[in-house]
Amino acid sequence: MVDDHEKPLSLVMFSGTDDKLTAAAVLAVGAAVMGRPVNLFLQYYALDAFRAGRVNADHALSPEATVSQAPLIRAHKGQHWSELLKQAKDVGEVNIQACALSMDMFGIGREDLDPIVDGIEGVAAFMASASDGQVVFI
Amino acid sequence: MTQEMAMSITIAMSLDLKGLSCPMPIIKTAKAMKQLAPGQLLEAFATDPGSVPDFKAWAQTTGNPLVESSQEGGVFRFVLRKKEI
Amino acid sequence: MSTLVGKLQIDKTIDARGMACPGPLMNLIGAIRQGQVGQVFEVLSSDEGSKTDIPAWLAKARHDLVEVVQDNGYTHFVVRKAR
Repeated sequence: MVDDHEKPLSLVMFSGTDDKLTAAAVLAVGAAVMGRPVNLFLQYYALDAFRAGRVNADHALSPEATVSQAPLIRAHKGQHWSELLKQAKDVGEVNIQACALSMDMFGIGREDLDPIVDGIEGVAAFMASASDGQVVFI
Repeated sequence: MTQEMAMSITIAMSLDLKGLSCPMPIIKTAKAMKQLAPGQLLEAFATDPGSVPDFKAWAQTTGNPLVESSQEGGVFRFVLRKKEI
Repeated sequence: MSTLVGKLQIDKTIDARGMACPGPLMNLIGAIRQGQVGQVFEVLSSDEGSKTDIPAWLAKARHDLVEVVQDNGYTHFVVRKAR
């Protein structure tokens, strides 16, 4: 019988803006430190942000960011989301998979992905990994 | 003083996490705890107010007792014991 | 080429090459639903996602993954309806 705190946290990463990617990375870190396996499923715009050489590029902020909030977000000295994910991988079980459909849609090949991405999978495999834990869409 | 007594009061590792904001304090602590042997103590100093509930929750969930949680000025001090196997 | 395909009776071949994920899996599911227990299906897929999707679904639905063979730019999945 699996304790609640060991159930996986599975994040469907849809958005590709830096604020949402950071929010997702923080959740991943939180779950990882608590001993919960974490699965990330990269789709659409999030997948684009994980391309080799593009991870640290400016991915803009979501339209929700106001004129006064945007500079605060940019100036904040927190870690980059890619760095947070690396730390999460260090401390716990974090599996980052690219969505095969999105790869196909955007013409992205395996070699185009940043090494932090562990592999490519389809949605059924992602759901299997999500098992009895939670699925969050960001 | 027996070795057991010495281990139970000596801090094996001290982390300076002052100035770091969530989730850095807890992730650095979780990572450092992996290096400790069962029974050893880790001490962490943080300034992030969010670390108080974070350390408490982490200790409870992972089973590594939080033996001290105190504050002096704007600095929080946490002492965690690495759980027995 | 495939090692078992010549020796095992394939009841139905589903050519899903060129289909995007999760199309090949959906086609397999449809075929299995309409098929009889014991029948063997072969799915041809060029979709990368099939490599993880098909085994994952088969494990969950408890059908047999008989064989997986890599071909030139696509994969053969030989599957048996087990129940």
